[in-house]
Amino acid sequence: MAELQSREPLIFELSKPGRQATTQYPPRVAGSAEIPAHLRRAAPPVLPAVSELQVVRHFTRLSQMNFSIDTHFYPLGSCTMKYNPKACNTFAMLPEFLGRHPFGPEPQGFLACMYELQEMLLEITGMQAVSLTPMAGAQGEFAGVAMIRAYHRSRNDAGRNEIIVPQAAHGTNPATAAMCGCSVKEIPCDANGDVDIDALKAAVGPATAAIMLTNPSTLGVFERKITEVARIVHEAGGLLYYDGANLNAILGKVRPGDMGFDVIHMNLHKTFSTPHGGGGPGSGAVGVGARLLPFLPIPMVGKDGARFRWLTERDRPQSIGRLSGFMGNAGVNLRAYIYMRLLGRDGMVRVAEFATLNANYLMKRLQAAGFEAAYPARRASHEFIITLKRENRLYHVTAMDLAKRLLDYGFHAPTTYFPLLVPECLLIEPTETEAKEDLDRFCDAMIAIRREMEQEPEKLSSAPHTMPVRRLDDVRAAKQLDLAWKPAA
Amino acid sequence: MAFIPHTPDDVARMLEVIGVRSIDDLFEEIPGELRTGALKVPPSIGEMELGRLLTERAAGDGRPLNFIGAGAYEHHIPAPVWAIATRGEFYSAYTPYQAEASQGTLQLIYEYQSMMCALTGMEVSNASLYDGASALAEACLMAVRTNRAATSRRILMPRAVNPTYAQVAKSIAGNQDIVFESVDYDRSAGRTLLESLQPYGGQDITALVLQQPNFFGCLEDVDQLTDWAHQNKILVVAVVNPTSLALLKPPGLWGGLIDQPPGADIVCGEGQPLGVPLSAGGPYFGFMATRMQYVRQMPGRIVGRTLDAEGRPGFSLTLQAREQHIRRSKATSNICTNQGLLVTAATIYMSLLGAPGLERVAAACLQRTADLAARLCRVAGVKPAFTAPRFHEAVLLLDRPVAPVLAALARRGIFGGLDLTDRYPELGHALLVCATETKLDADIDSYAGALADIMAPSRAAA
Amino acid sequence: MSKIPSDLRYTKSHEWLRTADGGAPGGAVEIGISDHAQSALGDLVFVEVPEVGRALKAGEACAVVESVKAASDVYSPVSGKVIASNAALATKPELLNEDPYGAGWMFRVQTDAPPDAASLMSAADYAAYLADEAK
Repeated sequence: MAELQSREPLIFELSKPGRQATTQYPPRVAGSAEIPAHLRRAAPPVLPAVSELQVVRHFTRLSQMNFSIDTHFYPLGSCTMKYNPKACNTFAMLPEFLGRHPFGPEPQGFLACMYELQEMLLEITGMQAVSLTPMAGAQGEFAGVAMIRAYHRSRNDAGRNEIIVPQAAHGTNPATAAMCGCSVKEIPCDANGDVDIDALKAAVGPATAAIMLTNPSTLGVFERKITEVARIVHEAGGLLYYDGANLNAILGKVRPGDMGFDVIHMNLHKTFSTPHGGGGPGSGAVGVGARLLPFLPIPMVGKDGARFRWLTERDRPQSIGRLSGFMGNAGVNLRAYIYMRLLGRDGMVRVAEFATLNANYLMKRLQAAGFEAAYPARRASHEFIITLKRENRLYHVTAMDLAKRLLDYGFHAPTTYFPLLVPECLLIEPTETEAKEDLDRFCDAMIAIRREMEQEPEKLSSAPHTMPVRRLDDVRAAKQLDLAWKPAA
Repeated sequence: MAFIPHTPDDVARMLEVIGVRSIDDLFEEIPGELRTGALKVPPSIGEMELGRLLTERAAGDGRPLNFIGAGAYEHHIPAPVWAIATRGEFYSAYTPYQAEASQGTLQLIYEYQSMMCALTGMEVSNASLYDGASALAEACLMAVRTNRAATSRRILMPRAVNPTYAQVAKSIAGNQDIVFESVDYDRSAGRTLLESLQPYGGQDITALVLQQPNFFGCLEDVDQLTDWAHQNKILVVAVVNPTSLALLKPPGLWGGLIDQPPGADIVCGEGQPLGVPLSAGGPYFGFMATRMQYVRQMPGRIVGRTLDAEGRPGFSLTLQAREQHIRRSKATSNICTNQGLLVTAATIYMSLLGAPGLERVAAACLQRTADLAARLCRVAGVKPAFTAPRFHEAVLLLDRPVAPVLAALARRGIFGGLDLTDRYPELGHALLVCATETKLDADIDSYAGALADIMAPSRAAA
Repeated sequence: MSKIPSDLRYTKSHEWLRTADGGAPGGAVEIGISDHAQSALGDLVFVEVPEVGRALKAGEACAVVESVKAASDVYSPVSGKVIASNAALATKPELLNEDPYGAGWMFRVQTDAPPDAASLMSAADYAAYLADEAK
């Protein structure tokens, strides 16, 4: 990447009036159809005017300024940056799948894949029914909480509007609760990272709608008392919601349904390797146990004899409704299906095993190099936390500084400052698709950076040095808002 | 082992470093009684076999001639769009939180935001939302946050707005005491009349949703309706089709006929027509744009241009603290993600076509649909439903139930349109048809010929 | 160690209050956020203050301060009417970081009732409160 240091101009700066890529234009159609004058656009929009080669070169060069799984080790905790198999994309883009309008007669080939995906997700999670419609984890979460509310309302228990959330939870949880008209009650974890059972007992009551948990937790450790947690919440009349962001750690080892969860959302773009695409699209399928069956969002895929069809309002009158214009991110779900078929039964079990092996190996090597694990007495799950609070005190370096310096060494940084509970933290998730040598190279880089911390800390505080840009001024970005290129007046 | 690179030697060395005897020991913290047995999913298959299975399934689904619109539109997608969008550096990159390592994605999104501002005539755009329907839901939540003059949470939702969008808005915003008031359309014109809105004048209403073209493909009188809304201190939420904006007055300029500042207040819609394939319903992307004064109430990610430590221009996600704040305000949103890969495709699409190309596409759609409607209405038993001017969709009325006609067309490899019977039963036997630039004369001939055959007098009421 | 002027009163949500006899102009009460708060937020990028003429109730969220890290509501410690707000903060939010008790004042309220003494802390009490929070 060193040679691509020069700034790539904006596509607008490459434009020249009159330049066109006419191969892409449809033929002119003769005829007199026109838009009435008062509704017509007077001046054309200012869009780029470039040749096809300019477009290809510009966007190719932009792509070369990105870190990606295809080019770099990307140990972003909680994001599961595993290899996205090319076959998933190739087969999902078969022309018959790609060109299909969602409102045509039900496509039996495509729906067979969706139905089988639903079935596989049921088996993996131990739940009783699945809806593939939520388009992202946050939408899946919304669906989960909305279903919980609908459940309590259907039992004339609408007063249950409190959601219990561990302190270390992901930020979307309180927002989702508010969207569903609920409030949030936080409970602490104990020194070992498990939910504080006494605090939980004090927190449950007649207003408890549910507890939202992930297991392993955001602290990277398995919630050992999960059976007890489930019992306490159920006895108080609440339900259990599982945030599936960390499913990669337990695939084939333990099932949320068996742990007592009533509803789970899955991030197909994490555990099931659909592409992250620079920020989306994701897919947040939801699965439920018996209590929440009637409320699943629609549409879902059903089977009448040998024929697949969509299940809609008529089939599921108590559904919380539709969350998307059609049926969710169909193409993403198809890629997840393809991935799961390639993995199969044997492959799926290996995912958690090797994700956990890689995480524990990395944690041990980094500890040996002098880094401090946040929960040294615990096994890592598929990810673990390193805290730099001591280094911060001694050398005045922050997790942000180390993250930026890692970029210079050719590694995407781990997640920083999440969970908020642990100061100056790095949440590291290698995933199962990384080879030992790549983990070792990462450790070597971390060791080199540690030496720099001790001897030349300014190398970290002014990092990165070798990226297309130096550290960016976030304050200026938010104060002097420049959010769109505008043509000169 | 699929995608797992470890050799037995690797495993042995790693276990030694960790200090355990087997991988299974790493799961010792999981209580034994919770451990799962074997998963009952199919065994793994390789690429070759899976390829055959999927190719067979796809072949079964076939490639019919498509005349359905209704929110998802078939357009030609230039070859470079997905050749570039599926480059690993775009496809397998994460959200650009480490800005210095993501300048490609960030600059692309900045260019996208700029293009959406140009297309819609608005001052600021976000980096996209999930899809058009959820974008409308988010726009309604935003209108409640933004409209300081209104304390009610009442939003006027014309029946001419895509009914699935109205349903989704209700599913998502309904839990926060937002009430959607239905406003009927004129049965003969096929659009929303000012007279239907006037009873709400002077009441405490937060927003009016206006879809242009509306779900029927008809053009609303956006200037008149926008001005009425602003006179009554009601925010205008515009739902627009991006292809149509090459020909139609952009929402940033709606209204302004009387002494009111022009422009819709929040603009949203479905971005799928810009280089995203139909793919059985998704993934698509929703777009949203607004006035600069409302930018802090707009949900979703936003990319800003700034300087780096050496004064060079660069790009980063900005206004992120606002996302938490939106969560605590009058109407809450929990959205995190955008639809990065689809935005990448759309930006490349818009760059290739430019304004002249997009205009050519839109003009072809306009003419093709006019041709299609005219040809189909020459078949006995078919007539147009509405008199309002159209863009690229038309509602036709049949003299018999629509479903069997569509089934007969499907058997001949033609997807004739969307049956509106369930959504708008008052119209009778109504069919929504669409012809984009992808439809040639021969295609329209096929459809018209097949329809004439199916609806021939000898087959009446078949 | 954050600055805590002794002539002001403080709330648990880190607002400060300067009374009329404490030198607040116009016989009204002047309100801002403390040095601890501005330091925790970091460089401010945006500040929104209530409009002049707005009626406020004690405890009501009436202003917003936003940094790159976080956005927070600011609550009015008193009931009354806003008679002035610091327009300079719209273009220079950094004033609040640089001089939170002076040039960074946020708004002034003509109170319609004396402030609830129980909800306001002295400088010493506020210092103790901050020390407690840090533990």
